[in-house]
Amino acid sequence: MSLLAALLRRDLGLLFGGGRGGPWLPVLFFVAVAVLFPFAVGPDAPLLARTGGGVLWVAALLAAILPIDRLVAPDLEAGFFDQFALRGISEELVLAVRLLAHWLSFGPLLLVAALPGAALLGLSSGTTRLLLLGLVAGTPGLAAIGLTISALTATLRTGVALGGLLLIPLAVPILIFGAGALANPDGAGLALCAAISLALCAIAPFAAGSAVRAAREG
Amino acid sequence: MEGARLAAHDLACRRGDRVLFAGLSFALTPGEALQVSGANGTGKSSLLRILAGLLRPFAGAVESSGPIALLDGNLPLDEHLPLSEALAFWGRIDGTLSGRDAGLAAIDDVPVRFLSTGQRKRAAVLQSNPRRGGIWLLDEPLNGLDTQAARSLEARIADHCADGGIAVIASHQPFALPGLRTIALAEFAP
Repeated sequence: MSLLAALLRRDLGLLFGGGRGGPWLPVLFFVAVAVLFPFAVGPDAPLLARTGGGVLWVAALLAAILPIDRLVAPDLEAGFFDQFALRGISEELVLAVRLLAHWLSFGPLLLVAALPGAALLGLSSGTTRLLLLGLVAGTPGLAAIGLTISALTATLRTGVALGGLLLIPLAVPILIFGAGALANPDGAGLALCAAISLALCAIAPFAAGSAVRAAREG
Repeated sequence: MEGARLAAHDLACRRGDRVLFAGLSFALTPGEALQVSGANGTGKSSLLRILAGLLRPFAGAVESSGPIALLDGNLPLDEHLPLSEALAFWGRIDGTLSGRDAGLAAIDDVPVRFLSTGQRKRAAVLQSNPRRGGIWLLDEPLNGLDTQAARSLEARIADHCADGGIAVIASHQPFALPGLRTIALAEFAP
């Protein structure tokens, strides 16, 4: 238990404390999209209200990509994973904790930022509610994909750009059901989005752990 | 508790398509220290990583019992944190850091990224945190250390062995340790 606490404390310190860029960048990026979109399509209130939810979903997806270059690669380079392995701490455990810390560093902030975002685009209260529920269901999945991609591309020099490209197709199911739920408020889309999210969260520590071990052998 | 043991049976290491060494065998019992010497690129670091279980040998097997600590060229400390806080993370993971370094105590509040090469090495020695009676693998431990720090590290390794621990040192520099065995890796090149 104290091991988990120590790992989580370090990860949160890194992601929030500015050691690796801080949590504000994804949130500012997200809000910036919400600010820029009305300028780009013009002040057509019905159009903005109809498309705004989808735009915010795309913005959330892209904001989730931003921190992925810092999730695994620096620790791999500095030998943290070697030292964990020597101490019998599995990569899966370290990465499961990191998944939680990663989500905590952008998920809740994104939910808060979605409120001014929705206001800027003139979304109705019903749509905003569905958007928030969808983000609650979908952002853990986005974090899981981000962590997996981050571990897979950790040893590549072009990892960041490649990571972004790899994440997008994997995130499509979350986007389809999460953003799709905005149009069909029967909850089925949200449930599917949450199911995909949970499955991804279950797989991610193991996939990322294997990737880290493979990187060590290389 | 049974003492630490470290044995290599007919080890071979391949990096890329080159076999670095083959047919390497040794066995160490508590209190013994082994120096692996050889020119750059002969596989000293790879051997240590194989012994640590971080790298699969191309052939052969490693048999070890006891906790393994590794000091290599990396410094697994968070660069932006003050040295004492960065080390405290490993203290929490391990329960406690056993070593002391009076020279580093004076720069406890300096962020890790501002440390000099020698100070980084000394911090890495503390981080590797060998357990009493365990196995300590050291890769070029004297790099960057001044004469005095090098002497005190040698003394620390000697203490570790006297306490029933095992030390394996990969270095091209001479070491003054009582009862130090040496293996020249060049003799095992294919």
